[in-house]
Amino acid sequence: MADKKILFSIRDIHVSVEGKEVVKGVSLDMQGGEKHAIMGPNGSGKSSLANALAGHPNYTITSGEAFLDGKNLLEMDATARSLAGLFLAFQYPLAIPGVTVANFLRTAMKAKFGGDEEKLRSFRKELKSRFELLEIDNSFATRYVNDGFSGGEKKRLEILQMAMLKPKVAILDETDSGLDIDALRIVSNGINASATSEDSVLLVTHYQRILNYVKPDKVHVMMDGKIVHSGGPDLARQLEDQGYDWMKPDNAEKVEA
Amino acid sequence: MAEVINRDNGLNDIGNDYAAKYGFHDPEEYFHKGARGVNHEVVEMISRMKNEPDWMREFRHKALDTFLAKPMPNWGDTELMASIDFDNIYYYIKPIEAQKKSWDDVPDNIKNTFDRLGIPEAERKFLAGVSAQYESEVVYHSLKEDLQKQGIVFLDMDSGLREYPEIVKKYFSTVIPVADNKFAALNSAVWSGGSFIYVPPGVDVKIPLQAYFRINAENMGQFERTLIIADKGSRVHYIEGCTAPVYSTDSLHSAVVELIALEDAYIRYTTIQNWSRNIFNLVTKRAVAHRNSTVEWVDGNLGSKLTMKYPCINLVGEGAKGEILSIAFAGDDQHQDAGAKVIHSAPNTSSRITSKSISKGAGRASYRGLVKVYPTAVKSKVSVECDALLLDPESRSDTYPTMEIDSDDVRIEHEARVSKVAEEQLFYLTSRGLTEDEARLLIINGFIEPFTKELPMEYAVELNRLIELEMEGSVG
Repeated sequence: MADKKILFSIRDIHVSVEGKEVVKGVSLDMQGGEKHAIMGPNGSGKSSLANALAGHPNYTITSGEAFLDGKNLLEMDATARSLAGLFLAFQYPLAIPGVTVANFLRTAMKAKFGGDEEKLRSFRKELKSRFELLEIDNSFATRYVNDGFSGGEKKRLEILQMAMLKPKVAILDETDSGLDIDALRIVSNGINASATSEDSVLLVTHYQRILNYVKPDKVHVMMDGKIVHSGGPDLARQLEDQGYDWMKPDNAEKVEA
Repeated sequence: MAEVINRDNGLNDIGNDYAAKYGFHDPEEYFHKGARGVNHEVVEMISRMKNEPDWMREFRHKALDTFLAKPMPNWGDTELMASIDFDNIYYYIKPIEAQKKSWDDVPDNIKNTFDRLGIPEAERKFLAGVSAQYESEVVYHSLKEDLQKQGIVFLDMDSGLREYPEIVKKYFSTVIPVADNKFAALNSAVWSGGSFIYVPPGVDVKIPLQAYFRINAENMGQFERTLIIADKGSRVHYIEGCTAPVYSTDSLHSAVVELIALEDAYIRYTTIQNWSRNIFNLVTKRAVAHRNSTVEWVDGNLGSKLTMKYPCINLVGEGAKGEILSIAFAGDDQHQDAGAKVIHSAPNTSSRITSKSISKGAGRASYRGLVKVYPTAVKSKVSVECDALLLDPESRSDTYPTMEIDSDDVRIEHEARVSKVAEEQLFYLTSRGLTEDEARLLIINGFIEPFTKELPMEYAVELNRLIELEMEGSVG
């Protein structure tokens, strides 16, 4: 296989929250079209890494590098990172009372792609087809963003945004949590349909089950702020069977042996 | 040596056809700009200029006595109110042009002013009668024919008094007595302009009636007086919007608005006010709702230095309903002291108050509300909801809700919330490519959505635009 271009590259990223280091040197390279999964137990720093990369003001990247398509993300604020092609699907999406889903999406689309009449028209058409893909009722458009949404509805709205904003790199922070099996299938279909062969997807998850639908090229295991192991898709299944204990740093030698 | 040159190059003729053109027959009586300050002479002059009946002239004089005798309110922003210099205000200015019926007759400079306010568009949209107040007098007034055919009266208050003296005399100042407060008394003494609406029994006015007000001369007080009577079973929606240019010295706006909803009638009164930052906006608005009638105040306040406004509804008839929906935006160094009053004095009456305020920078928004339920108002329902949004650490919001419930058989709901734009919300929106300013604006628009959704589309757009301008004004 010919070398594909590295689309997303992070080098030795350290993250602090309120002065406490929660990510302790993580490196990762993703080529365009690749899907990676970061798995790990609660508190391993997965979500902190995701939020820090997206530019959350409470998560300070104290050292390291991050490049998207050759652009230095760490010189940008959250807005600029988004416009550069980064997307974070939130674990806990926020309610914006009084702002309809349609208005919110239109505003975000306008910020990213500009807002002339023609784009507005194609926006409506596209929105309709994405509703169908994610099996979303039309009434969704006039509801207020995440206001009174069920867990499953919130996750669908996240993937709807991904589908509309067409990021080059999408980080999905526990998008599978709280979904029943039907919703998981629908959301997974949405992810697969939204990411083109040029785009990269980084799935952050506890569980292996979403990886049955969104097939990763690589799986990384994160513990105590570090990636302790990387492997192919089989690693996910192994984790499901054996849990994380066997790869705790104490046992790391055995793993590598 | 001095040679008197008398060159008649036509300049002398300018203005000769003025009277013919504009209907001024008595240049002697043309009153340009009176002296500053208010006294019995000024009141007498206003009344004579308007050629009013004796009862109104006497009413004005008595009101002036009340104004002079009454102390300033001892509540609200007493400090700011104390800075009003009543002697430095013009109480009456008659515009150069007399009243016009058709848009074509309105002079260009006035049209330009209206253009900048966006009136023609709104007019095209609604094609209702437009009564636009320019300075103290109504200069343009049109009534759509079918409104007239239905017997709907929509005039400026001065014309209303001339053409429908009986109706005016019957209802004028019955809802807000002269002695209600110092500013209502002042308005009663020097009022000019405003709208007069009478809707006959059973008539449904399908399109909103609109008036635009605009203060346009420095140090000019504007004291419009509005009276709306919806007769039995009729329905009407009145919309008033205000903007004002910026002046170097303080200006006073003190209106009185009286609504009367007779049995089974419905009145909605929508206001969006955006005064320049040096204006004192001290307005008395009150409605009386008779049996099974409904009154709704939809009231949006932006701008001004100090606004004190508490739309009130007296529910005097069994089954009457009242709703007051208001928003206030207090920018830097502004104080919006706004609220609502509902008096329940009949059985089975219901009221709902929804108040939303936004404070930005050093702005201060106060909610001041009174709900009074008399023992006679059994089986009544009361709902009060106040939401305050603070945009900056130094922003301020106060709530002064008063409930006087003298009946046991009443259902009451009361909620008050103070919130801030959460950092998490901002991050969520900025991670979608919005700038922080855009994100904040979207959150604010969402916050006031319960209000904007009640407005006709173009007003909702205008309001969001006004708030956007307010937000821009502070950035950097």
